[in-house]
Formats: sequence, structure tokens, C-alpha cells
Amino acid sequence: MTPMLVVGGLVFVVLLFLWSLYNGFVTLKAQIEEAWSQIDVQLKRRIDLIPNLVESVKGYAKHEKSVFENVTKARSALMKAETPESMAKASDTLTGALKSLFAVAEAYPQLRANENFLQLQRELSDTEDKVAYARQFYNSTVMDYNVKVRVFPNALIANAFGFKEQAFFKATDEERKGVKVEF
Amino acid sequence: MSIRSEITANVFRSYAFMAGFCVLVVLLAYVFGQALGYGDSFIGIAVLLAVCSSFISYYFGDQIVLAMSGARPASRKKDFDFFTVCENLSIAAGVPMPKLYVIEDSAINAFATGRDPHHAVICATSGLFSRLDRREIEGVVAHELSHVQNYDIRMMAIVAVLVGTVAYASDFFMRSLWWGGRDRDNDRDNNGIFLIIGIVLAIVSPLIAMLIQLAISRKREYLADASGALLTRYPEGLARALEKIGKDKDVLEAATNATAHLFIANPFKGKEFGTWFSGLFDTHPPIVERVKILRAM
Repeated sequence: MTPMLVVGGLVFVVLLFLWSLYNGFVTLKAQIEEAWSQIDVQLKRRIDLIPNLVESVKGYAKHEKSVFENVTKARSALMKAETPESMAKASDTLTGALKSLFAVAEAYPQLRANENFLQLQRELSDTEDKVAYARQFYNSTVMDYNVKVRVFPNALIANAFGFKEQAFFKATDEERKGVKVEF
Repeated sequence: MSIRSEITANVFRSYAFMAGFCVLVVLLAYVFGQALGYGDSFIGIAVLLAVCSSFISYYFGDQIVLAMSGARPASRKKDFDFFTVCENLSIAAGVPMPKLYVIEDSAINAFATGRDPHHAVICATSGLFSRLDRREIEGVVAHELSHVQNYDIRMMAIVAVLVGTVAYASDFFMRSLWWGGRDRDNDRDNNGIFLIIGIVLAIVSPLIAMLIQLAISRKREYLADASGALLTRYPEGLARALEKIGKDKDVLEAATNATAHLFIANPFKGKEFGTWFSGLFDTHPPIVERVKILRAM
């Protein structure tokens, strides 16, 4: 009678462990997906700030047409981009165009003092921080998941249920090169 | 030491102190019980009383402290840097954004309360915004946010219950001796030794309890420094902020003895303890030490 109880107890404990492990995988996977979409939220914020910025600079520097055109074109390209590679490329182009816009704004002291423009500059800089932090959180969530998938004995069960390691957010080769600023 | 190993070390040390504390409480229960001959030492009542007195400060502590400090809610327009820094770090930590408050005072200081990330409050002085740059504000806010994330407020509430239990139990023991026990048991021989040990413990253990509480508080401060550095990935920000705070001559008027332990640095300046012994009575580790550890990360 007692050996049966012991074996039954052990089986129960193992099943409990498997159940909580599976649910742990599911939860972490969902958190990764949420963290990824949070990055998109911040990127969209960045795109949305740009028309205001362009308008406020136009108010003081109407004849710098090429700079405005570059920014607007880069923004549209980014909004249309589908794959992560094209998105990264479009994002870099936009960053470059924005830097040129700010460089041009330096030549207009009235614009530099304009409260609206300054606030937009701060907001844009803050948004870049937000994108970076969102990516950082995505990476730490991925790390927690990958550790859970790789350790023993989880690794055996992860394979059985089809939970694979996820990829970190990485900079593209283009991004590692640096951004061009054109006048 | 690296950021992550600092975190692990401080979590371990604070739990080691907690375990030691529990051992102390059990020891008191045993010795007092043996000495009085009842077999039980009123420890249950002591725990109950301690829990009741901590209850209000745990659940309403944030409102009480804010009212005592005269803080106003922060606005994105007025306190742009503070607000956006908190937004960004909440994103990095994956927690809901805490409620933000500002104390109008030229001293540089900040505190966080809240029993879990969904009920968190962070408060900073206006002196902090004017004297620190954005990276340094990030370091300070990351430290405060880490206190909430690590459930430090909850832990210090439990520690407060343990301290209260020790204080009440010692008090009841001394009173029982004073008023004389009625039903002394058969083990009269046992009573003698335990009586002596009991009296010594009753006098000394409230002090030991307080020292353990302060030690745990200091370890959790180091932990919040390390966790904050993990959030910002820039320990230098907090290091510079702490240096500026250390040099700051202003005393924060809103701080009292009851709220002092919540602030990022001891708000009572001029009480910088140099010796090891008096350092045991500090709620916060010395700033020089904290900066050294941060710069070594």
C-alpha cells in the first residue's frame, strides 16, 4: 500500500512541476510579444511628432525646401516599410534627415529661442530614449525566457512542447556604421 | 563586482539577516516561556500587537508621508524631466508608472513608497530638479523605482513587525516578573537559569532588533543602487547624483525621524558618522561607499 502511495505522490509532484513549467513558458512568450509591440508604440510616437516639428521650423526657414522634403520623404518611407530590415533602413534615413533639419535650425536664432521648437526638440529626444528603453526591456524579457528554455531540466521539456529560443533585438550593420548629416 | 553579482549578494545578505531575526524571535519565545514556566511567552499576543501597529503604516503609509511632507502632484508640463524620466524607466522596468509628487525644497532628496508596483508613489524635491542634470535624475529615479520593484517597503514592514514583536515580548516578560507569576510550575531548577538569560535578553534584544533592522535597511539601499544601475545601464549617473547630494549643505525641512529612512540619502546632514560603531545606527550606507561600489560596476 505505502509504496503505491509514494510512487503516486512522486508522479503527482512531477506532473505539478511540468504544469507550472509549461505555463511559465507560455507566460514569458506572451510577455515577449507584448514587449515587441511596445517598441512599435514608441516608434509610432516618434513618427507622430515629426509633422509638428517640420511646421515649426518652416515658420522661420521657409526657403530651406530640400531639408523639409527629405524629412517628409523619409517619414513616408518609414510608415510604408514592412520588413524589419526595410524599417531599420528607413529609420536611419529619417534620423539623418532630422539631424540635418536641426543643423539647419541652428542658423536661425529666433527659431532656436522659440518655446514650441525647444519643447518639440525635448520631446523628440525623450522619444528616442523611450525607444531605447523599450528595446532594452524587450531584450531582458527575451533573456529571462531564453535562460528558462536552456537550463536543465527545462531544456528537455521545452523541446517536447516546441518552445524555442527567441532572438534579441540587434542593431543592423547599417546602424552600427553611424549616421550621416548632410547640409 | 558586476551589477548582477551585487544584486545577488545584497538579496542574499538581507534574507540572511531576516533569518537571523526569526531565530532571535524563536529564541526569545523559548527562553521567556521556560523562565516564566507557562511554556508560552505571550509571543502570540506580541506578534498580533506588532501586526496591528504596522498595518496602518503599511496600507496608508504613502498617503501619510505625502501629507506630512506637503508634496504636490507632479505635472508633465511643469516637471518635464522628472515626468519623462519616470515614464522611460517604467518602460524599462515593465511596470505601471507610479504617481509622482514634488516637494518644494532646495535640498536634494527623493523617496518612494508603495506596497507593490501598482500602488507606487515617487516623490522628489524641487532642489533635485534644479541641481541635477537629466542623467543624474535618471539614476535617482531608477534607485527609487527599484525600491518599489524589489518590494522593499513590504520587507521593511515585515521587519517592523519583527522589531515590534521583540519589543512587546520583552516588555511583557519584564512586567510578568514585576507583578509576579501565580502558577509557577514544578521545574523550579530550570526557572533560575532561564530567568537570568531571559532578563538579559529582555534588556538587550530590543537593541539587537533595531540594529538588525538598520542592517537590513542598509543592504536594501545597496540593492536599490545595483537594481537601479541595471535599469539605466549607467551607474555613473547615480554616482554623480550621490556625490552632489553628499556635498549639499541644505537640510530637508519636511523630513522627520519617522520618514527619514525612506529618503535616498539621510536627510539629517551633519550626522555623517565616521566610526564603524556609530555607522551601525545609520539607515543608509555612507555615500562614499555607495559611490565606490557604483563606479566599480
